[in-house]
Amino acid sequence: MSNALGKLRSASVTDLIGLSLVGLVLVWLAINFVKEPADFINIALIGLTNGTIFGIVALGYTLVYGILQLINFAHGDVFALSGLVASTVIVSVLGLDEGASVMFIIVGLAFTLVVIMGGFALFNASIERVAYKPLRSAPRLAPLITAIGVSFIVQNIALAIYGVNYQTVPNFIPRTDVISIGSISYSWSKASVLIIVIPLLLVLSWFVSSTKQGKAMRAVAQDTEASAMMGIDVNRTISVTFLLAGALAGAAGIIYLLQFNMRYDTGFELGLIAFTAAVLGGIGNLTGAVVGALIIGFIQAFNEGLGWFAPGSDWTRTMVFGILILILVFRPEGILGEQTPEGA
Amino acid sequence: MTALGTRARSAAGNRNTVVVASLIVLAVLYPTIVDSLQSLPLIGDFVPSTDSMVVMVVFSTMAIGLNMVVGYAGLLDLGYVAFYAVGAYTAGWFASQQFDQWSFQFGAVGIADGLPGIHISMWFVLLVAGLLTMFAGIVIGLPTLRLLGDYLAIVTLGFGEIVPQFVRNADNLGGFDLTHGTFGISPIDSLGFGAIGAAIGLPESFRQSSQRAEWYFWIAVLILLITIFCSVRLRDSRLGRAWIAIREDETAAAAMGIPLMRTKTWAYALGAFFGGVAGAFYASFKGGAFPADFYFNISVFLLCMVILGGIGSVWGVLLGGMILGYLNVEGLATIGSKIQQSGIPKLDGFDPTKYQFGIYGIIIVLMMLFRPTGLIPERRHKIEMVEGVHDTPFYDVQHEGTLTDRDPSDD
Repeated sequence: MSNALGKLRSASVTDLIGLSLVGLVLVWLAINFVKEPADFINIALIGLTNGTIFGIVALGYTLVYGILQLINFAHGDVFALSGLVASTVIVSVLGLDEGASVMFIIVGLAFTLVVIMGGFALFNASIERVAYKPLRSAPRLAPLITAIGVSFIVQNIALAIYGVNYQTVPNFIPRTDVISIGSISYSWSKASVLIIVIPLLLVLSWFVSSTKQGKAMRAVAQDTEASAMMGIDVNRTISVTFLLAGALAGAAGIIYLLQFNMRYDTGFELGLIAFTAAVLGGIGNLTGAVVGALIIGFIQAFNEGLGWFAPGSDWTRTMVFGILILILVFRPEGILGEQTPEGA
Repeated sequence: MTALGTRARSAAGNRNTVVVASLIVLAVLYPTIVDSLQSLPLIGDFVPSTDSMVVMVVFSTMAIGLNMVVGYAGLLDLGYVAFYAVGAYTAGWFASQQFDQWSFQFGAVGIADGLPGIHISMWFVLLVAGLLTMFAGIVIGLPTLRLLGDYLAIVTLGFGEIVPQFVRNADNLGGFDLTHGTFGISPIDSLGFGAIGAAIGLPESFRQSSQRAEWYFWIAVLILLITIFCSVRLRDSRLGRAWIAIREDETAAAAMGIPLMRTKTWAYALGAFFGGVAGAFYASFKGGAFPADFYFNISVFLLCMVILGGIGSVWGVLLGGMILGYLNVEGLATIGSKIQQSGIPKLDGFDPTKYQFGIYGIIIVLMMLFRPTGLIPERRHKIEMVEGVHDTPFYDVQHEGTLTDRDPSDD
């Protein structure tokens, strides 16, 4: 009786601390909004764009974690390598440039998406085949350590091919505005991220919820052994998951490249941010990954952009990892996740 | 039977003692024979200098500290570099001119009287650094150690990323300069025997003596030996056996009455202690603490030493640490220049130091796939890896099989 009471009280104290932290953040945002409304909305749009990119990388982490309970450290580096290869495809193969016609831009981008997503789906699945599959029955830390090793190998492949310089593509997507109200504006180049990502998310959610293979994935994620007994080919399902994750990493690489410069080590930091997003949303939960990524995207943009009491970009990494640690300590199951044994 | 067993064990013990003693003698004599070793034909170029040996020994010490956390207790720590940083910066705070608004000297060597800043004897600072780092380990550990496996790995990784960024940014905390930002803290005082030592012919301050590298090397070996001794004794202690029990099966260990949190926190704190001492020592050797030294790759580098040598095996980790430490400070560069001299046109311009982390990555993957127990496996850990601590997954059965006819040797 007294034990249960104590548990209740301690839980509510933790909740109280957590809620008051969230409350403080909301107050901070509200004050900033009142001070500079136009800036605030522009910054929020940047956050939306970045959050979308984080989200599509986070989905790759969460898909693999859901099935194998493996943090695939190499995912971020696969993403970076895909972006670098995409820069070669766009610049050297297609020769997309600033004056390109709309038709050429659309066809060229579609071509790049198909090639990169297909190629990196296969690349990611071969990584699984070579490095993770032999460790299925090993202690749980073994594949995790291997994933770190693979991450460094992929990173060094990128280093060997592309060197230490940042790669970039010409601004072939016009920077003209889609909408512009007063000093609030949203350019086509930012909108292109949403134009690419939203159909991908729709296809992914259709695949996972409505196809037979998607059903198999959900079954394996829920209980590997039971699904094996029901006749699901678990190894094939895992391969399909890695194919999907690789394709998402490829798409993420392309849209990241359209916004920013990238080089061989871009994937490490972005991978950690995306992983944080996946944990924030509740790892293994697809919607959660996207929600978590949007939150992180907004936090990052507000932290770096707002004028009133924002710590600034020097502290972004600390903020992101601070959130990660707070989430794991206070609510390990994430915002949308279910209770996991890891938390208790 | 028992007598025979005891005799066999004591014979093995004697052999171990002989091996250890000869290794110690070799290590102590190393600075005196390094010149003649380096003049040998063929292999001479590959012999590390005493300076490089100091770095190798320091990193091996850290790897043995990390081994307590990862190897004994099975807690994957991806942020060990944070402890190294805390140790190095403690040395910076207590033995340099960082806080020149105060002036305090206690037993410091090799500096002018009245030099501003806090200057406490480096010997004392080593201990303080260990204790402070231990405290940092407990502070980090208490909220996070209740997480399992890979969640813990991620949180420690998070701390490993936060600490360097904090250090880089903490040059203006409300106007107070704690870490001197990206410039780092330099110079940090030298170790030395002071006036008392000078009276009996020992160097007053290593940095100002003609045998700087030699003395740092001997002290590094001493610290390494103490670390190894503590590590071995801890492993065989009640606490160490509790760690291994937790590593093998946390639930069973808890059911046997092992207090999980306290035991894990001790692993974390003691692992941190040695990381802190090594970090402070290294800061004194280099003469500074710089934020660029503390990044994720160092954590992985140390982890790689542990994996290469053998998770949980002290001698294995020492071997792994010396091998990778050598490759890091000298080996890869030497191999690179040999490749350049060989004149093979295809390899022209190939610089292995550029790809060192790719090489470590390959080592990690190959070891995990083909020899997960490391170069010198620890006995218990080998059993664990071979038999597995988990049930065999159904879907992985190579041959048709069910639960009932499953044999561990098929796994």
